[in-house]
Parts: sequence; structure tokens; C-alpha cells
Amino acid sequence: MKRVQFERSAVPYFFVAPQILIIVVFFLWPAAQAIYQSFLLEDAFGISSQFVWFRNYEDTILNFAWLQSAGFTIIFSVLVTFFSLAIALLLAVRANEVLHGSSSYKTMLMWAYAVAPPVAGLMGNLMFNPFVGDLYAALNILGWDFNQKLDAFDASFVVILISVWKQVSVNFIFFLSGLQSIPKGVMEAATLDCRSPEKRFWTITFPLLAPTTFFLMVINITYAFFETFGIIDTTTRGAPGGATNTLVYKVYTDGFLGADLGGSSAQSVILMIMVLVLTVFQFRFIERKVHY
Amino acid sequence: MKLKQHIIALAAAAVVGGSASASFAATEIQWWHAMGGRLGEVVGEIADKYNASQSEYKLVATYKGGYEDTMTAGIAAFRAKNAPHIIQVFDAGAATIINAKGAVYPVADLLKEHGVGFNSNDYISGVRYFYADSDDKMIGLPFNSSTPLLYYNKAALDKAGVEAPKTWEDFEAIAPKLKEAGYEALAQSHSPWIFSENFHSRHNIQLASANNGYDSTDAKIMYNNEHMIMHWTKVKEWLDKGWYGYYGKAWGDNQDAFVQGKVAMWLGSSGSFGGLKKSAKFEFGTTYLPYWKSIIDEPKGTFIGGAALFSFVGHSDEEYKGVANFFEFLTSPESQFSWHKETGYVPITTAAYDLAKTEGYYKDTPDAEVGILQLSQPGGEWTKGYRLGYYVQIREAMYKAYENILTGNSSVPDAFADMEKESNALLERFHDTYN
Repeated sequence: MKRVQFERSAVPYFFVAPQILIIVVFFLWPAAQAIYQSFLLEDAFGISSQFVWFRNYEDTILNFAWLQSAGFTIIFSVLVTFFSLAIALLLAVRANEVLHGSSSYKTMLMWAYAVAPPVAGLMGNLMFNPFVGDLYAALNILGWDFNQKLDAFDASFVVILISVWKQVSVNFIFFLSGLQSIPKGVMEAATLDCRSPEKRFWTITFPLLAPTTFFLMVINITYAFFETFGIIDTTTRGAPGGATNTLVYKVYTDGFLGADLGGSSAQSVILMIMVLVLTVFQFRFIERKVHY
Repeated sequence: MKLKQHIIALAAAAVVGGSASASFAATEIQWWHAMGGRLGEVVGEIADKYNASQSEYKLVATYKGGYEDTMTAGIAAFRAKNAPHIIQVFDAGAATIINAKGAVYPVADLLKEHGVGFNSNDYISGVRYFYADSDDKMIGLPFNSSTPLLYYNKAALDKAGVEAPKTWEDFEAIAPKLKEAGYEALAQSHSPWIFSENFHSRHNIQLASANNGYDSTDAKIMYNNEHMIMHWTKVKEWLDKGWYGYYGKAWGDNQDAFVQGKVAMWLGSSGSFGGLKKSAKFEFGTTYLPYWKSIIDEPKGTFIGGAALFSFVGHSDEEYKGVANFFEFLTSPESQFSWHKETGYVPITTAAYDLAKTEGYYKDTPDAEVGILQLSQPGGEWTKGYRLGYYVQIREAMYKAYENILTGNSSVPDAFADMEKESNALLERFHDTYN
């Protein structure tokens, strides 16, 4: 039997070239620069520079502030991912059941999607302001001695709340479209077989949503790791006592504000590796349980 | 006719096109600054006035964001060989730009070599050395210079029947009365600047080895000393007793507590004066930064905060002439006095200060003089300033330590030990990087 042979042609390369160029210029090249920079001790103005192997990595990992930040980042990412997925799923399931005026419900739930993280942070900052903040006042009236300026738990609560609020609408959109793509017939058959809606949800709906959930989980972890930067910057700025300092915010303060290029490059390379490992782990171990 | 000249100049420029180096065109001087809001407007007015005063040079003032953003923009531009002529760099960034060998043209040399002349004694004492090297040669020209002051709500103090404190001992005596009158006694807006750096200057205590870091980048921090531990133990006590309010790292949040009348006294900057005048709905007064009688009998002056103007290397002689010309304009008594009046920053030369006095400015607004009087108080061995690398990060470590003290997360000695360790690791990195 003769195998099908395609003629080699340069045309496809020509068509993908712009995309490849974008990836090289905007991702690979900066990433390579960061890796190169992370092996150097170089003054901010680039006048003198020396190659120091892993000195920057050593200084980073042995630094208590970095370890504290890494610990917070992990807890923060887990909580933000979990709550923004759980709340969005609940809302999507409920909104999916609404028959009258469903589109206005949906629109309202999607609105927050258009809000940029720093704007969400600024709004949150205002609501938790000790003098004019409604939420600040409400929590204190309810008997919670709330003060995010002097309490690490309260500060974490603020940044997690705002980060979750900002992300719920994105997840909501995906969950809703996921729910709507489940065939009606399947649901009807399930209704005949099982009376408990709760059980139907966990045995039929949730597994069918698994691809969406998995995709959103990857997206949300990346969101919690990187994009929440704007929220931290406009609310706590890592305070109190570095309790809400995420890794990416530390990269920013050390590199951009503090002009320590080598150190912050090493930190960002470590961050890159962490996210890479996490993503590989997700695809290898969690994705196996997902049925498309 | 001015307009006609403009049109001709425009037409000429259009004809010459890209080659703007045409001999008759004014030499452009780029000035990147970090003054936003009202301050930015005043900087714009300075540039306009300078441009109107002569035709040889054209000063272009560009706002580049906050202090850190401006410095980062300058760094990026320098690395791309496209640096501005003048850049405004803040106190905590001074070590970074001064220690980068050959990045800046020392202002003392620049002025001398371009026919303007320079005498450091023209500058008031608190300002003279902060941006100088270890031989007292001025590297950056102090621009917006401020110093920490105590602001007090007159009505609040009257209600409690007390006077503004001179010492922290006084403060401890009046704080309970202010509390009874329904106020938190004190808040402050920058614990590294006010409760650490200037704490050392006011009490004439060394804050870092190697002559506060001026002599070498091989310096170690000395904040972990008995006086600081005593002070912060007290601050924590004050917080627990309701005498001290902490409203976070942000400058404005603590100032708001004062403006809203929640806090009776507030430690801020002499440069805050103009803003407070607009926002506070009550009468307030200003006085010196308090000190501990138990540490020093006669307190010393404080050092300045704010920022200085640095000139990057790599420009033509003609352009440096323009920079020198502009600096001469900027340091003239008239410019300094108007800057002082508009913003509340202190005038940096004695001539400007004298002008303000002869104009009777302090008769109408005596509060405006408190900052400069404090800066002119007798100096000591350790009131010159400090020069420490990665100081932005060190200040972060300080904030962290102080917040851990205030939240009760760690004991005062532990917090200081952690801060010392982290700061020294940063200084070591800086030393290895810049040598």
C-alpha cells in the first residue's frame, strides 16, 4: 500500500510565521532575557555586570520574606481558585434554571467581567476604608473587630474577597455555556432515573462539566498567580508585615521599584517554573479524570 | 511680534524637517520628573517661566509617574542610550544612581565646568550634604526638599487643655487627656522616614556603618539599637492604650485620620502643608518633630526627604550648558521662593530663605517656616543623611518589622533582629553588585 505523501511547501510556514514571530518576540525572547539576567549581578544602569551562577537563586530561596510570600501565594491561589469556581458554578446552575427574565440575570452576573483588576482593587479599597467604607463599618457592627491594616487574616480576607469577586463572572460565563451544551435528552433520562436533583447534579451534570471545570481551574490558578497583582497593588500592597505579598508582587517591588534586576529575574524564573510544573501536573494527573 | 516669530520658527522647522539640529533652533533639555497633581502644575509653570526667560534652550518637563516609575523610566532610557538630561530621583533611590559608576554627571562639576559656578555653602545646612559624596561634593541638586513635622489640631488640644508636645515624654503626659477628649493622640505617615531615619538624625545616632553608608557600599545597618527598641516598645504601648493610630502603609490613609478629626496630632512632611490647608476643616498648627529627652538633651536637626535632580552622562557640551543654565535659574532666590510658597517644600538656598523672610512671608504664615527652622537646627555627627543601597527594599523590611510589632506578631527585639538580617543581606547584595 502506498502511503499518502504531502508535498512539502513553504506556504504553511508563511501563514504561521506572524504567530510564531509574536511568540518569539513577546514571549520567548523576554523569557530568555530573564533567564540570562537571573545569572547576573548587574547594576541598574547596566554599567558593570558579573556572572554569578546561582547566587541570585540562593539569595531568593534563603530569604525569609520570599518563603513567606511563597506560602501566602499558594494558600491564596488555592482559596481564590476554589471559591471563584464554586460560587460561579452555583450561580450558573441557578441561573440556568431561571425561566423568566433569565437574560437580565445572566447579564448582571456577567457585568463584573468588564472590570479590570486594579479597578476592582480600588473599589474594594474604598469599601474597606476605615472612615468611609461600608463593608468595614458593617463587619465591625456585626461584631467582627475588623481591621485589615493591622490583622493579617483580615487583610488576606480583603484581597481574596476582591479577587474572587472579580473572577466569578468569568467562570460563570464558561459554566453557563457548559451547562447549556449538555444535551436535553441526557438530563431528561436522568430525571426519570433519579428523583434527587442533588444526586443528579453530582453524578450527571458535574462529570459532564468536567472539561470546562478543568480548563477553568488552569485559567484560575494562573489568574491567582499573576493577574491579582493589580488588586494587591491597589489594596494592601503586601501589608501587614508582608502577609499578603504574593510572589509576582514581590518580583515587581524588588525589580521595578527596588532596581534589583538579577534578584527579581531569578524570582520570576522560579515563578515561571512553579507555574510550569503546576500546569504539567494538572494535565498529567487531573486531566486523566476528565472525560471529554 | 511674538506670534510672528513663532510662525516663522514653525515654518523654518517644517522646512528643515528631521534635522532639528539646525543651528538657530533652541537646544532641547529633557527633564523627567515625578511631580503629579498640583506639584506637576507648578513644575510646568517653572518650565514655562524658564523658557520665557531666554531663547537659547528649550526645557521640556515630562511627568513620568511616581518616584519609582520615574527612576525606572530613567534606567530604561539610559540602558537604551536615550537618557534625558535631567532626572528627578528620590532619597531612597539616591544610592542606586550615585553608585552606578559613571551614570551621572556630578552637579557640582557640571555647574563649575559650564560657567555657572558652585558653592555648597549657598545651600542651607540640612540640604547641603544629603545628595553629596563622601568628600561632600554635591552629586544631585536638591529639588523638592521636605522634613518631618508635627501637625496638631488646635481645637482638639484646646478641648483636652494641653499644649503640643516638644518631647515624647511630654507626649506621654498629654496623650491620656487627648484620649479622654475623644481623640487618638497621634498618627504618622511614614514610619521608615519619620520613626527611623529622622529618629536617628534628631537624636544624633549613627544608623549605618561606614559613615552612614557614605564612605563605602560595604555598610551594615545599625537600626537594631537600644534606642529604637525602646521607641518602638513605646509605640506599641501607645497603640494598645489607644494613643496611637496606625492606618496602614499608605501615606494618605494616615493623613486622612487627622483630616477627619479622629486623630489629634499627625506626623507628616513639611510639604504636606499646602494640601492640609485645603483639606482640613479646622485650624491646625505645626511644630518640630518630638524627641526623647532621655536620649538627648539638645535635639539635632532632621534631614531632608523628597528628591534631587541628577544629570545623566553622555550628552553634548552645549546641552550641559543648558542644564547648568536651567539649574542656575532654578536655584535663584526668586524661583526657590515661589516654589516654597506654592508647594510648602523648603527653599534650598540661604539666599532664598532670606528673600522669604524679607518679603514677610513668615509673618503671615509662620507655620511655613517651621520646616526650614528645624532643618537649620545645629547638626551633629550623624545628621548629614545616609547612603544605603537597595534602600527601597530595606524600607519594605522596616515596614514589615514595624507592622509585626504593632500587630503583636513578633516581639520588638525579634522584629528588629529580622529586619537587621534582611537589610544586611540586601546591603551585601548591593555591595557585590556595584563593586
